[in-house]
Amino acid sequence: MTAYIVRRLLATIPVMVVVAMFVFLLLNLTPGDPAAVIAGDDASPAEIEGVRRKLGLDRPLWEQFVIYAWNLARGDLGTSIFSNLPVLTLVKQRLEPSVVLAISTLTVAILLAVPMGVLAAWKQRSWIDRTVMGISVLGFAMPVFMIGYLLIYVFSIELRWLPVQGYRPLAQGFEQTLRSIALPSIALGMVYMALIARITRASMLDVLNEDYIRTARAKGVATAGVLLRHALKNAAVPIVTVIGIGLTLLISGVVITETVFNIPGLGRLTVDAVLKRDYPIIQGLIILFAGVKVLINLMIDISYTFLDPRIRY
Amino acid sequence: MVAAALAPQAPSWGVWMRRNPTVVGGGLILAALVGLAFIAPWIAADPLGFDPLDRLKRPSAAFWFGTDQFGRDVYSRVVYGTRVSLIVGVSVAAISTAIGLVIGVLCGYYKRVDDSVMRVMDGLMAIPAILLAIALITLMKASLLIVIVAISIPEIPRVVRLVRSVVLSVRAQPFIEAAIASGTRGRVIMTRHILPNTVAPLVVQATYVCASAILTEAGLSFLGAGTPPEIPSWGNVISLGRTFFQIAPWIIFFPGLMLAVTVLAINLVGDGLRDTLDPRIARRM
Repeated sequence: MTAYIVRRLLATIPVMVVVAMFVFLLLNLTPGDPAAVIAGDDASPAEIEGVRRKLGLDRPLWEQFVIYAWNLARGDLGTSIFSNLPVLTLVKQRLEPSVVLAISTLTVAILLAVPMGVLAAWKQRSWIDRTVMGISVLGFAMPVFMIGYLLIYVFSIELRWLPVQGYRPLAQGFEQTLRSIALPSIALGMVYMALIARITRASMLDVLNEDYIRTARAKGVATAGVLLRHALKNAAVPIVTVIGIGLTLLISGVVITETVFNIPGLGRLTVDAVLKRDYPIIQGLIILFAGVKVLINLMIDISYTFLDPRIRY
Repeated sequence: MVAAALAPQAPSWGVWMRRNPTVVGGGLILAALVGLAFIAPWIAADPLGFDPLDRLKRPSAAFWFGTDQFGRDVYSRVVYGTRVSLIVGVSVAAISTAIGLVIGVLCGYYKRVDDSVMRVMDGLMAIPAILLAIALITLMKASLLIVIVAISIPEIPRVVRLVRSVVLSVRAQPFIEAAIASGTRGRVIMTRHILPNTVAPLVVQATYVCASAILTEAGLSFLGAGTPPEIPSWGNVISLGRTFFQIAPWIIFFPGLMLAVTVLAINLVGDGLRDTLDPRIARRM
């Protein structure tokens, strides 16, 4: 097991190297002059030259790459062109809201979607099943910002139950944080719920047809026991896989959701960087998010061995 | 005669359509949207025309979907936005499928390229799609073409994986071995035996890519990092309506509704195609 984990950890290195090389080459091989684009339309030649120096584009390609790789290896994600702050510092400032949002979205989505999927499979072809599948189809089609604005309109503007926008840090009290994060979590969680509910239903349907389920029923095990202990446990592998795939979907969704709800997290950092064309920040965030994504995939693979003892590495 | 009676009968079109009402519905909506995109100049006013006197007007007989903060007709902008969304969806689907198909077939067929190319694909897949697009857009002057390219690149690895897995499983079958043994050339094996097997899963995949590309374009434009603001795309209309959301929700509502309906229609058609072309997966979903 330990050997397997070590082997998998080593296997993430080439993936991250490809990611790092890609963002590096993107800056250098982009057609046109990135320094001029970043400096903006009405920049003077001197300003363009300044940006070029800051990005290191005035040095030969190999020298740039050595410096870049060395910095990355030391954990330096680069420096913002405009604020001159290290990207890592900016990331730390914006980390809390995004992490809180991601965790609460994950919780909401799993707590709602798994029971929905189980019920839909248990009562296949009933109105429950049709409703769940309907919600799931809608969840895939509704853009996250539409869901967000609809929720704000109904719950914040019409009913006045929750704040319209903004984020309250944990330091100001857990309840305030929860209130500020409730609508964003639901908006962001919709696609995710659609995905999890669908796969839970499909996976449960497969399992419910197995002989041992009939045996359990015949033995007189209560329905809840059959569904949860016998069926759901064995249907778990595909569900966990999809939760992992969904987590990576979440990363893209966070950027848009934070903009809709005006949450000062990593997503806002990304958008502000795009609007100012602050490429080092985007480059750093890509490497960071890619790293998170790779680690999540690794954790999912490892979790299989716990969920299904037949899977051995 | 007995054999003929036992052979599974392909259901006729009429039967198929009656069994799949959602697909027919999705197809009809999609056809209507394509029609709308073509006749836009005849049924909508100039999407860029503005009148400061008509700022932020509610939906009315004169302005079906209301007006935005510059006094532009939201209905006209939404109708023209159909063009942008469909162009982006279809182009991204076509580009990523074509490139992914070529790379996937080569990877599946030639062991030598497989390892290194798949490492690159793994790396590309690790980058969240929207961030990859954002990075490209930061470095280049905004244009519709850049948006299409930026959304296509992250889709390519997924297509490559799909094609590669089909190629690998077909390659392992005895009839390919027989073809190689009887001296069939590599190119013939590829075009006659392997490529046809990739068509069904690719068609299904392309519809989903198309839907997700439309959503991504809208998302990027919404963030201000997508289609240039002078082009009326749904994402741009929504992006501009953001600041006035509380007093003029219609600016966001109508393009958002069109977006959801379009993606829903494409997904319904995709689900139907998957059920018909690939019954093995269909039974599971």
